[in-house]
Amino acid sequence: MSKEKLQSQAVQTTGHAWDGDLQEYNNPLPRWWVWAFYATIVFAIAYWVYFPAWPIANGFTHGLGKITYTDDKGVRKTTDWNTRSDLMVDLNAHAKLQQPYFEKVEALPFDKIAKDPDLNNFIASAGKPLFADNCAACHQTGGAGKRGFAPNLADDDWLYGGTYEKIQETISGGRHGYMPPFGEALSGEQIAQLASYVLSLSGEQVDASQAEAGKALFHSETATGCYYCHGNDAKGRQVIGAPNLTDKIWLWADVPGAATPQKKLAAVETVIKHGLNKGVMPAWGQRLKPEQIKVLAVYVHELGGGK
Amino acid sequence: MNFNFKHEWIETNVGLMMVITMIVISIGGLVEIVPLFLIKDTVEKVAGVRPYTPLESRGRDIYLREGCYLCHSQMIRPLVEEAVRYGHYSLAAESQYDHPFQWGSKRTGPDLARVGKKYSNEWQVQHLIAPRSMVPESVMPNYPWLLTTPLNTSDLVDRLKALRKVGVPYSLTEAEYQRNVKQFGAKTAEMLHIPDAEKNLVKQAQEGNYDGDRNNITEMDALVAYLQVLGTMVDFSKYDADHFAKFR
Repeated sequence: MSKEKLQSQAVQTTGHAWDGDLQEYNNPLPRWWVWAFYATIVFAIAYWVYFPAWPIANGFTHGLGKITYTDDKGVRKTTDWNTRSDLMVDLNAHAKLQQPYFEKVEALPFDKIAKDPDLNNFIASAGKPLFADNCAACHQTGGAGKRGFAPNLADDDWLYGGTYEKIQETISGGRHGYMPPFGEALSGEQIAQLASYVLSLSGEQVDASQAEAGKALFHSETATGCYYCHGNDAKGRQVIGAPNLTDKIWLWADVPGAATPQKKLAAVETVIKHGLNKGVMPAWGQRLKPEQIKVLAVYVHELGGGK
Repeated sequence: MNFNFKHEWIETNVGLMMVITMIVISIGGLVEIVPLFLIKDTVEKVAGVRPYTPLESRGRDIYLREGCYLCHSQMIRPLVEEAVRYGHYSLAAESQYDHPFQWGSKRTGPDLARVGKKYSNEWQVQHLIAPRSMVPESVMPNYPWLLTTPLNTSDLVDRLKALRKVGVPYSLTEAEYQRNVKQFGAKTAEMLHIPDAEKNLVKQAQEGNYDGDRNNITEMDALVAYLQVLGTMVDFSKYDADHFAKFR
């Protein structure tokens, strides 16, 4: 822009002069900006009047806005507008969509739920986020579990029982796996014999005489008493969560991952020696609602292995 | 214009401008801050909230040291999505003994306000050592040193004393202890007694066995003890859903 053009606009200056001739233009703000600014002030005043806003002495202005919500007992209540009541309105609207289904789930016995295709669809979709948020951290997204940590829920091997009722009981009450350590009661040789027997139960290649000696130990009342928990047939007892030792499913000892027979033996020996005091599943009875637990029980049952 | 004249007068007097600026800013600050000290009914009266035990308190220090708050908030807002995923919205009362509070305004990981007792101790330990071994899609860093670093308790008493100075009811004297017995019950009051802090820390770590090793008290013990208590102090089943709305 030329000097002449600038001067021709005759813009007001601020009136200051520095170094004798240095001046500053005083351009007005754009009109739209000024009006937008006034509009924000008007908005703020309306906001203060309607919503809780200003702290005063030992309270605050509650605003003129009102909100009506339905409380636990179904009573309609009106109060000054606040976020917590607003949440109740939203939660009630949210619950309304699922309520008929949850009510049905709560009222019906498991075998009736299983036969209702409409409910099964609901459980498949509502159970998924429930499982993802609460169960998947240990049992993994698809329920495949994690060796050495949490059992597979998608197979038909169950520690505490795979019926709807047992799964429901497990979820609400939690579980705590325990096996006493035998490292002090037994010699290294005896532990090796026991481990051989345990491996032989699921068809692993072991020294037959070792396994035979281990079998005697397994059933010995005084030395070990393994059969108390794992049963005479070593097929486990679900009442106390003792696993079946005759199948090829290993939760704690990493037998499938061990490359050589020696390593398989070592993996089982470690468990016998140190015992187990893990496999803790938290109780969800406090955190989840009974109908949510029921949905989860069916969801887990339908992952593939329900009995 | 008269106004222009005054404006110039202020702008050309640095001292006067400083004084006037300070007056304007302090009005803004006082209006915002002073009423917060006077408002009594925003902090809910609710049973169960207590200061952290010595072990939990050290766990919280480690939580801060490792910068957990950079990715995890501890504030469940009153929104449907958060209520469905995380549980009951956080109460002001639940962070009344936090200095500083860990509310946060950004989440990379999930909110932790109610993570207590959601997972087993084993899970917490394994997940802190190697998060992706438990949650394959996680972007959380590994914290393996927590399990191998012994917990430093040399400054425990000083730390609790500092918290006491800013209003957390840890007790030093018999009278303060008795006041805590009245407020929190004898069992909790014992845990809050500063002269016994070291002894209580060891006791809780051994009984809780948070890291799976009773003999060594590690930073993992403290951090897991802290995580396992988050959001578990208030029993919300005792209150109607709209009970806490009256505090807003």
